[in-house]
Amino acid sequence: MYDASLSSGAAPKPRGKSLLVQDARTRKRNAAEKRFRAYGMTAILIGLFFLVVLAVSIIRSGVPAFTQTVVDVEFTLTEEQYTAAEGELFKTKAYEGLLIEQIRDTLEARGLEVAFDAGAIERLLGKPGGTLREHYRANEQDLGSPVSFKLAAASRVDGYLTGRVTREALQDSRFMQASDLDLIDALVSADIITRAFNWNFITGADSGVDNPGGAGIGASVIGSFFMMLVVLALSLPIGVAASIYLEEFAPQNRFTDLIEVNISNLAAVPSIVFGILGLAVFIQFMHLPQSAPLVGGLVLTLMTLPTIIISTRASLKSVPPSIRDAALGVGASKMQAVFHHVLPLAMPGILTGTIIGLAQALGETAPLLLIGMVGFVARGYPDGVLAGFTEPNSAMPAQIYTWAARADASFYEKAWGGIIILLIFLLTMNIIAIILRRRFERRW
Amino acid sequence: MKDNHIAENEVATKNIKIAARDVQVYYGDTHAIKDVNVEIEDKTVTAFIGPSGCGKSTFLRCINRMNDTIDVCRVVGDILIDGEDIYDRKVDPVQLRAKVGMVFQKPNPFPKSIYDNVAYGPRIHGLARNKAELDDIVERALRRGAIWNEVKDRLDAPGTGLSGGQQQRLCIARAVATEPEVLLMDEPCSALDPIATAQVEELIDELRQNYSVVIVTHSMQQAARVSQKTAFFHLGNLVEFGETDKIFTAPEDPRTESYITGRIG
Amino acid sequence: MPILWLFLIVSGIAIAGYYLGLARVMRSAGGDRRHMHSLPSYYGGNVAIKAAVPALLLMLVWLLVQPMIVNNSVSALIPDSAIADASSRGLVLSEVRRAADGMDRALAQGTMDASMANDPQADPDDVTSRLQDAGAIVTSQITQPVLNAAQSYRMQNQRGNQFMSGVVIVLALLGALWGLRGAQADFRARNVVESAVKMLLIGAASIAILTTLGIVLSLVFNTIEFFRLYPASDFFFGTNWAPSFSGRGGSSDLGVLPLLWGTFYISLVALAVAIPIGLFAAVYLSEYASNSVRSVAKPLLEVLAGIPTIVYGLFALLTVGPLLVSVFGRDGLGIMQAGTAVITAGLVMGVMLIPFVSSLSDDIINAVPQAMRDGSYGLGATKSETIRQVILPAALPGIVGAILLAASRAIGETMIVVLGAGAAARLSLNPFDAMTTVTAKIVSQLTGDADFASPEALVAFALGMTLFVITLALNVFALYIVRKYREQYD
Repeated sequence: MYDASLSSGAAPKPRGKSLLVQDARTRKRNAAEKRFRAYGMTAILIGLFFLVVLAVSIIRSGVPAFTQTVVDVEFTLTEEQYTAAEGELFKTKAYEGLLIEQIRDTLEARGLEVAFDAGAIERLLGKPGGTLREHYRANEQDLGSPVSFKLAAASRVDGYLTGRVTREALQDSRFMQASDLDLIDALVSADIITRAFNWNFITGADSGVDNPGGAGIGASVIGSFFMMLVVLALSLPIGVAASIYLEEFAPQNRFTDLIEVNISNLAAVPSIVFGILGLAVFIQFMHLPQSAPLVGGLVLTLMTLPTIIISTRASLKSVPPSIRDAALGVGASKMQAVFHHVLPLAMPGILTGTIIGLAQALGETAPLLLIGMVGFVARGYPDGVLAGFTEPNSAMPAQIYTWAARADASFYEKAWGGIIILLIFLLTMNIIAIILRRRFERRW
Repeated sequence: MKDNHIAENEVATKNIKIAARDVQVYYGDTHAIKDVNVEIEDKTVTAFIGPSGCGKSTFLRCINRMNDTIDVCRVVGDILIDGEDIYDRKVDPVQLRAKVGMVFQKPNPFPKSIYDNVAYGPRIHGLARNKAELDDIVERALRRGAIWNEVKDRLDAPGTGLSGGQQQRLCIARAVATEPEVLLMDEPCSALDPIATAQVEELIDELRQNYSVVIVTHSMQQAARVSQKTAFFHLGNLVEFGETDKIFTAPEDPRTESYITGRIG
Repeated sequence: MPILWLFLIVSGIAIAGYYLGLARVMRSAGGDRRHMHSLPSYYGGNVAIKAAVPALLLMLVWLLVQPMIVNNSVSALIPDSAIADASSRGLVLSEVRRAADGMDRALAQGTMDASMANDPQADPDDVTSRLQDAGAIVTSQITQPVLNAAQSYRMQNQRGNQFMSGVVIVLALLGALWGLRGAQADFRARNVVESAVKMLLIGAASIAILTTLGIVLSLVFNTIEFFRLYPASDFFFGTNWAPSFSGRGGSSDLGVLPLLWGTFYISLVALAVAIPIGLFAAVYLSEYASNSVRSVAKPLLEVLAGIPTIVYGLFALLTVGPLLVSVFGRDGLGIMQAGTAVITAGLVMGVMLIPFVSSLSDDIINAVPQAMRDGSYGLGATKSETIRQVILPAALPGIVGAILLAASRAIGETMIVVLGAGAAARLSLNPFDAMTTVTAKIVSQLTGDADFASPEALVAFALGMTLFVITLALNVFALYIVRKYREQYD
């Protein structure tokens, strides 16, 4: 073969070499081609690798936030003990004493011998006396019969069981002492300490700096909800109105150009700048209440509007002109043609864009930092619908940031858990958007 | 074995450059080309004519395996160039396309300078050892493309800044710069005005000295003007193939006659 | 909630007007709607719009203007002597507002009666204690001038609100009457309603302009205020960033250069991660990947763009930072002090920007006409040669635009740097050092006690201005390039 190509190369015709033999240069070029292709594949794999790492670290670090360590004790209080305890000066202390006695009895009954005092119980359980007393004052009929209490354990107990706090690294402090670990071990083997699903994390409110175990994200979910209501109520009508004007009515002039330029630039302005705007205009200038979901909603509305306008215009544009012509042809006014025919046809696209815009707004944090939604400890739910808008509250991303910024590392777990909840909301919204698009998408 | 084949061809005045045997082309489920058998001679201009969608462009693109870039396209049958099957697994389309150049319907100069446009092929195929040789190749190609005099003073200007006719001649120069043996032209004049068309047609006639040229055209006049052989395609079939004069004066097949007299197409 | 009530009353008038208008035009047309110029609902709508729109607009303007007027007149009531050394007029004014709010609360709970609330001679100590009883947040003892100012504040606001309610309701009624006069069969109600709706649409579209205006004004005014307290040259050319937290001005060094450097450095690291990965990913997806790979990989990559930045911030702080420390820290190479560093923030930000670069570049590469590819393949170029020598050069302007947009994203990104980059402002070349950025400092200077009078807080607006100008310039330039590029192939 090689000879053949040589001889034919020497002859005046045909000039070329045989096609069936790859020359050295082609081999080299094909190798370069393969390398290049591999680079591309690597880039995709790196991107996906990061996604996987992100997902794994969120799930691994966040899932523990949904369970909590509880001390599950069966507690019986007789009528006499109740009256006696209520008669004392330090009432909760008295309940605590009774609890300690019962725990000691239980341990002894199972043949476990550990020395502990009231201090140890307080370090493990906080102040359990209050919880007990509250229960019996509310349910006097429970007196005399055994009641099962699930008392939330302190975050260090959690840490010890999950390996975050180790015996070697532990230094005696007012939070935990080495001797407490023996007690914990004993309680675990007696099945008194167990893990339970932490409903409080989903429904509860923030707890303040010193009690990571009791922190919940519920209140800030409500805060986010009210904020999203504001965003939806403002950005959808305004966004649709602005898009209709720009797409259907706006004449070609300087004013229209100015609006167009503004919208495309606003879409790329850093979100923190919107926070500054909110701070200066809504709080400094209009004196709206700080940390209120209303203000957060207003800021996020301004931030989301460009996104919504851009997607709404795209869906208005995709309605073919023949529809408008048909409406105008039977004598409808331009306004009627738009509102009766074009807008309904564009609605699925508009809604999809709005949901995606809302999802973006839901996860946005930076502007909320500036209008005071961070650092605010949302200790409870708002009192009513109106208060939901105007009273200080936190929002999901702001709450997550607050937890991440706290010194106590036990809050990190809460922050990851919060992220899981936030992502579940975002995922749901995006899935709804995708379904809407699939279901109603029209190809002209 | 191949040697003998080639040697035989050399003896003939017009040897067979491209031979297609029972070529079928499928686009997904569509059977676009059916049983095409044709032999195309060297140093000849062969025109493919036929109504739109008859498969003439598709067949043209099979000759340098441009259809490989379309995922759903499948080619069955043999196409031989100098007796070698270009659909053989050992054939690298990259090498093939260096041998079989192509000019497209719309002039498509790269967004580079005129010089770089022409030098692109020689560079990737490593045809020049140094700058002087490359300069030489570029000049030769531009002269063959009959555009040298118009652009020699502005080789650094972008190729996209030329007029349509100039762009198409630049593309032809670009194609000949890699020293191909066959030049495929897919309706090269359809985007040009009459004057530019005349220039390109003149050029095609000159190119015949060195290459086997295959041109797809919609214009029967053009086919008559530039080609020596003509093939008429209809609905994916090669209906008739022969001397251009004969096809246009005494076609054998009634379909060819209908097309030429304007009753179909 | 007088404003809510007022709103409901105006809405009620508008709804009533709608039906009155309908009835009236029906009578005028003799009960036959064919005699009317427009559909009946347009006549009702005409009345409703005329009743509601002017009244509500007036209410809105009034609500914006009244606090300014009241603040000014109350501010004039406070003598300079009443402002303590460590305070400012702004702080005293907010004290006044708190006292006034407290009085409203005390009145509502009955711990104070109306005569006391309005009595200028009332004893400030007594008022303070009563306010505290009512659970109002009053920081300290209310002084006589503050009490008087608070009383005047309440009086003016009350009077203003009453006056506003009256005027707004009258305006709504007048508007309704005006609309009803037009409820005649030959009145061109549709045209009127449609032009009113069109005005509303224009108003909605103008909100984009108002937002920009709001951003610019709030930045400009506060920046000017800042430069009055702190020399502009020190801000722009100062190489030291050390705000003092206790002192008032003077002792703080507020040079922007270390922050700009930090911003620039972190963005650079981020782009160094995002550009090669994003670009190669885009090339692979648009030129090599089969349809099935593309339909899986592309949305998955875009998920990275949909994740909120707080998640990336946490990822940097708690996952990437500790990981890097374990490699480069004391136990490893020993060149990294803490998890928060330029490299941490840059890396994570780079991951965030990958889909940004890749999907924009993907669009741009797809916009390169197929003819270019054909031309190159026809000459015997391989795919990679075609991509490197024809497609990428052809797409270059667009890709540069995409990269500039990504850079502007990186510069404006807040959460990742707040959590991942550290808080120390320094001019250093070491990517393992903690550094801070313009955005991170805006956050730290404006959260906490918001006293907008000190240079330490106001500097945030000057930083915001710097950030806004830089990102705006980048965006405008990038959009210009991208648009030019698109026109080229249209």
